Amino acid sequence: MSRSGDILLSVKDISLRFGGVRALTDVSFDIHEGEIFAIIGPNGAGKSSMLNCINGFYHPQEGTITFKGEQRRQMRPHEAAAQGISRTFQNIALFKGMTTLENVMTGRMLKMQASFVEQALYIGRGRREEIAHREKVEEVIDFLEIQSIRKTPVGRLPYGLQKRVELARALAAEPELLLLDEPMAGMNVEEKEDMCRFVLSTNHELGTTIALIEHDMGVVMDLSDRVVVLDYGRKLAEGTPDEVRGNQDVIDAYLGVSHD
Amino acid sequence: METLYLIFIDPFVQMVVEPAFLVEVLIGGLTSGVMYSLVALGFVLIFKASGIFNFAQGIFVLFAALNFVGLMDLGVHPILAFIITIGIMTALAFAVDRLVLRPLVNQDPIILFMATIGIAFFLEGFGETLWGGDVRPVRVGIPDAALFWQLGFGEILVQSADLFAGVIAAFLVTVLALFFHFTPVGRALRAVADDHQAALSVGIPLNNIWVIVWAVAGFVALAAGIMWGAKLGVQFALSTIALKALPVLILGGFTSIPGAIIGGLIVGAGEKLFENYWGVPLLEGATEDWFAYIVAMIFLFFRPQGLFGEKIIERV
Repeated sequence: MSRSGDILLSVKDISLRFGGVRALTDVSFDIHEGEIFAIIGPNGAGKSSMLNCINGFYHPQEGTITFKGEQRRQMRPHEAAAQGISRTFQNIALFKGMTTLENVMTGRMLKMQASFVEQALYIGRGRREEIAHREKVEEVIDFLEIQSIRKTPVGRLPYGLQKRVELARALAAEPELLLLDEPMAGMNVEEKEDMCRFVLSTNHELGTTIALIEHDMGVVMDLSDRVVVLDYGRKLAEGTPDEVRGNQDVIDAYLGVSHD
Repeated sequence: METLYLIFIDPFVQMVVEPAFLVEVLIGGLTSGVMYSLVALGFVLIFKASGIFNFAQGIFVLFAALNFVGLMDLGVHPILAFIITIGIMTALAFAVDRLVLRPLVNQDPIILFMATIGIAFFLEGFGETLWGGDVRPVRVGIPDAALFWQLGFGEILVQSADLFAGVIAAFLVTVLALFFHFTPVGRALRAVADDHQAALSVGIPLNNIWVIVWAVAGFVALAAGIMWGAKLGVQFALSTIALKALPVLILGGFTSIPGAIIGGLIVGAGEKLFENYWGVPLLEGATEDWFAYIVAMIFLFFRPQGLFGEKIIERV
């Protein structure tokens, strides 16, 4: 099942060091338009570091990242967001004191053009924009089936729903590339199934390209079109789930290998 | 026995016997409390948005008031002086962001705190150089008269300036609350306050937000400065009022806007009540200076996050 089109994001020879610790070494891969791309690997393999490089939290010392044909070495997170990269976090980074609706509205922040005064006084463009964005946000809320918790402060929601709100906030920005850092971590089976369904329908119905990190191999194999495997900051393998599953290096990395 | 009577029984007997005096004391306490709240609000805004405890907030109050009064003494119309001072405070916010916060970004909070102490001393000296060190009265037409109100149980005396200050402060607090809750910018400010990383990932540029927050804190400082100035005259001792905001913050919680307001009211009313019913009869008065700090200390023992602060829970 390959629906992939042109290359959307190309990561080339990325190396990232924190002092003497090499988090990533010469990692390269491409993410194609319209695909679900999984980054897997054992703990500490550099998966989250990779996502952080892509959305600009970390700036790799070497290598280039090309997004939509534009090459860049350093980019700030809000610039990445402006170019169409949204993300969720491993440890849920929601605005806990704000309601679901307000959280999702922040996803529209970059699309607001009204001036400060217009917004503050709720006149002219400020008013029209707020209404238009609200409509879009309601669509996303319907899409992810979280209508019933619109007015609930997210700090009070159960973990699984918080993850869903975080996805909603990312989707509200109408991203071209959606980065999901362990979207199903810590969920029970039911929540996982829901989340899988939402990830798939985001990809199929909205056509959003998705790069995700996940530990649950079953989920990865079911969802993704292609997989890259990292271990100790290096790329071990890349390919379809089936190819990767049969790769001896990958098996060794996950199960350990005896040295005698 | 005599002392126990004076502590536990007599004050309450007095309150019941002379309700008019009690109401007077309460009104006096609440109106000064509202002004503590205004100062505390400036601290909370900055602490929430950037995690910095801005030691210079007290000087901001003084500096804003100095500029306002100084401009008026030069013959500028009060409204124009007000607008110009807002401009000055905004420029100050820009300068603080560019010259102090950005070079120190990602440093430990203690470093940033020390930097704000530096800002405090700089502004104190700069303000004095600009406008001199005299006490200046604020004449903005705030009515200053003693009003006698007839209530069911007797007559009470209220200072109109106190009432005026209370109304302005309440208005300001309402406007800020509306601003924070119902505008996109307010939403962005709350988002940044809640989680820096998440805010960045949805595309909120932190630096712009910091400038806005410091400017809003400057605006609040101006309002507080005018109110305090009208009451006490604009003088350098104003900056020590900022210290009163500390117990208010400990009571209300460093991260809560309602907390700052209610904390201020509690401190204001509490210290006036204590002074009049316990301080004067038992301790020969002058308890107002330390009462709030003792309350704050007790709070630190039992509820360090304050009444409304976020409970500190770290996931291990």
